[in-house]
Amino acid sequence: MALKKGIETAAMSRRGFLRWSALVGSAAASSKGLAAGFRRRDPRHALVEQAPSEERMVRAGCPSHNCGGRCLLKVYVRDGVIVRIETDDRPGDTIADPQLRACVRGRAYRRRQYHPDRLQYPMKRVGPRGEGRFVRIGWDEALDRIAAEFARLKAAYGNQAFYVPYGTGSYNQINGRQTAQRLMNLYGGSLGYYNSYSWAAISAATPTVYGTSVTGNQRQDWLNSKYILMWSWNPAEMRDGTNSEWFVQKAREKGARVVCIDPRLTLSAVSLADEWIPIRPGTDAAMMTAMAYVMVNESLTDAAFIRTHCVGFDDTQMPAGAEGAESYKDYLLGARDGVPKTPEWAEAICGVPRATIARIAREYATTKPGVLYQGYGMQRRAYGEQPVRAGCVLAAITGNVGIPGGWASGIALQAPDGGPFWLVFPTGENPVKALIPSFLWTEAVLRGKEMGAADGVRGVDKLETGIKCIWAVACNALVNQHGNVNRTARILADEKKVEFLLVQDNFLTPTARFADILLPVCTQFETWGLEDGWKYGDEVILMPKIVEPPFETKSDYRIASEIAARLGLEQAYTEGRTERDWVSWSLDRYRETRFPGLPTLDELERSNAGVYSLPVTRPAIAFADFRRDPVKHRLRTPSGKIEIFSKTLHDLGRPEDIPAVPKYVREWESPFGPEAAKYPLSAIGHHYLSRVHSTLEGVDWLEEAFPQRLFINPIDAESRKIKNGDAVKIWNDRGAVVVKCRVTPRLMPGVVALPQGAWWTPDKNGVDRRGSVNVLSSERWTPFAFGNAQHTIMVQVEKAEAA
Amino acid sequence: MVTQYGFYFDAAACSGCKACQVACKDRNDLEPGVLWRRVYEVAGGGWEKKDGVWVPSVIAYNISMACNHCANPVCGLACPVKAIVKREDGIVFVDTGACIGCRYCEWACPYTALRFDARTNTVSKCNFCYEAIDAGGTPACVAACPQRALDFGDMAELRKKYGEVRRIFPLPDPAQTDPGLIIKPHRDAARAAERAAEVANWEEV
Repeated sequence: MALKKGIETAAMSRRGFLRWSALVGSAAASSKGLAAGFRRRDPRHALVEQAPSEERMVRAGCPSHNCGGRCLLKVYVRDGVIVRIETDDRPGDTIADPQLRACVRGRAYRRRQYHPDRLQYPMKRVGPRGEGRFVRIGWDEALDRIAAEFARLKAAYGNQAFYVPYGTGSYNQINGRQTAQRLMNLYGGSLGYYNSYSWAAISAATPTVYGTSVTGNQRQDWLNSKYILMWSWNPAEMRDGTNSEWFVQKAREKGARVVCIDPRLTLSAVSLADEWIPIRPGTDAAMMTAMAYVMVNESLTDAAFIRTHCVGFDDTQMPAGAEGAESYKDYLLGARDGVPKTPEWAEAICGVPRATIARIAREYATTKPGVLYQGYGMQRRAYGEQPVRAGCVLAAITGNVGIPGGWASGIALQAPDGGPFWLVFPTGENPVKALIPSFLWTEAVLRGKEMGAADGVRGVDKLETGIKCIWAVACNALVNQHGNVNRTARILADEKKVEFLLVQDNFLTPTARFADILLPVCTQFETWGLEDGWKYGDEVILMPKIVEPPFETKSDYRIASEIAARLGLEQAYTEGRTERDWVSWSLDRYRETRFPGLPTLDELERSNAGVYSLPVTRPAIAFADFRRDPVKHRLRTPSGKIEIFSKTLHDLGRPEDIPAVPKYVREWESPFGPEAAKYPLSAIGHHYLSRVHSTLEGVDWLEEAFPQRLFINPIDAESRKIKNGDAVKIWNDRGAVVVKCRVTPRLMPGVVALPQGAWWTPDKNGVDRRGSVNVLSSERWTPFAFGNAQHTIMVQVEKAEAA
Repeated sequence: MVTQYGFYFDAAACSGCKACQVACKDRNDLEPGVLWRRVYEVAGGGWEKKDGVWVPSVIAYNISMACNHCANPVCGLACPVKAIVKREDGIVFVDTGACIGCRYCEWACPYTALRFDARTNTVSKCNFCYEAIDAGGTPACVAACPQRALDFGDMAELRKKYGEVRRIFPLPDPAQTDPGLIIKPHRDAARAAERAAEVANWEEV
């Protein structure tokens, strides 16, 4: 009840904030700034207005959230206000050193920067937690309270009770959760975590095959490919590396055939693929398995490569100690289970016609070199480890590993150096050695003391305490992006469990509504920062401070510094450095590693170049050494070879859900189980161009371009008497959502899509009126990676009374 | 000297990401509801169950469209106060100071380029970023495209570079207005009629 009431009052309390528009208005009135900008638009005034001379242009990295792009902006400032944003227009724009053109999200950023709902002052909660009622307080009161709560909880429960959760809203060194982790580590540490909500299964499963996560050639090498399978991969909507979609386009122009396998006819499929193959969600491993069957049956595998570079393909190459176990070939042919994994078998599961499965198998096995690029959507599922391993095995048995134009699949961090640094801001060493899987934090709140290895806990045998203090920085993952929002909200609303919840953000997110103390953070345009090229980084991008932090906002680093001062740790925390000093320090770290020619901060600032890039003229090829000499350049797997059969997994003794060879495993919620009688539709929460996860929610230009809604096939809509544009209710046992719908043939029957990241906005009945897909998703985790399975959702849909 | 500016649009490469649309809005400070450039989603076809499996005949492609700065700007002919002006380089712009908000131009334009803004009671549209053009620059939309699917230039040059196609479904006959537009069709455009395709996103454009 408290929760529901809280949401009603939340809207009211927001009116108490001064509107940002007041500031913009006063700036316009007090100077020529915006007023001149408006006049300049009118052609009649164009020739008399000399506006550009009053503008300043700063090249800067696009604010670093957790998209897969890292792009360059040209930010125009007048009288302290950002008036226009352009993107990279460096001359040349070559494949080796392309422009880093921002996507629609970056281009709309002004409307986030000057959004009327930005948080302005520190606030404290009044009323029960989660109601979202706050009153303004001063910084001193806020910081004193935080220091007092930290001291109290440290004394009562010890440092393991503190948690700085997974949160990806800021990645620019100065803003972001790392600033809090650094202070926590100085304060005695906090419960740590491993893996992520993005890549849990793929980051755990890839090394079981290859012994490493560095399985990707540099992307420019795609232009050497003759065949590209985009499997569950949608770079045009999620952005998976700035320019990835352009490189695929260029590869296709060079003659590569591109096939996209996805339940949706995505924007990527429309623009990049020669063919779209719809597939039932959660069944990718079945199609992959049947493709391997076809290759074996028709002798299309690279038998020599399998013999010299792989283990476990058939009973001639089983690892010692597992000689009698089921080999991959045994599984394909049904030697043990009596079920040959034929295209007919797979068709019934994945919904792809048997002839298509066989044809794609032949195409991929014979059109070499080829890329099977694994997107991440299919691994955020019940048994997400399986399609990852199955895809890697297809790459291996076709011999596409270690060659130009080929692709080993897996998580594909970029060769040669182990991929990204992302954050070099030093968090120091965490004195608390206990780690949990990032997705299991609610478990650590509910039953901390019971948690051990069976729940993925590392570093200790058992946790000593539940989580009692959460410090959430740039983190809406806590509520909105975690599985099963209604459950999470109930857990957090209990003030006896998590006793203190500190939130720092730009906006009153669904997570921020649960804060005890809520601190307003400046945007990344308002402090210094530095970013590199995400998963594929061939560049370092400077993010100079462009405008002043408005109202009482501060950077995350400044906030942590001021808390540190209260805890007697200021000098240890800051080492005397300002935000700008840390960016300079971070540049030194990049310079010491893979960017030896990187200019200093002063030089970068003077040149206003914004970016320092390393042209990729000769793309690195992952596993080239291993390919050449598998004995001399052993993989870091137990066998030193590609493990089609993993003895490590075999020894876990869980063949049903963690098989030693990749298998199709029916999901715990699927169209094939008894649950389908009640909830017959698979729901997926795809990435959407109007947001980066939940960041950029509510930006009007983006909402206009990509409104939040449910996508449903005409066949499923018609049988429910649903028309395009109707309000629809989507629900299962975990919750209900009401949003408008788009009836479109662009996704397969039996599947609905609710774009992820919309902010949970429950009405008085607890029905979410905005469309957070995590109202429907589950908190259950994958068996091996302990990863989120948030795309495994079954629902029912009906026409709703009103939107 | 340029006598007729125009846009080139590669429909085969366009994903529909709308970076062009929003870059235009940022460049021109356009409020929600006013779209000088917008992206039409064309979709058609359907699903048929064959041997127990759903098989799609679905087609989809996008058309990113601003104002085509037509050689025969019928919008201007429709304007009773002559608020629509064509420059010597072909760029057509609306003098919003002279516009009386009668919206006849909006009716006349077969490309829906003219956009009424109730807040100002005037009509406005793409002006080809003529300030940028006059300074030797690039229209915001062209510079924005992550897929490099947009280009601009003198129509004579664009024709030489990209060919003569100026119409894909459901665009009007170019003979009507002689638009400054060259298109590389998406492969699905050839099947639009047979698959009963239509604009699928009227609420967005």
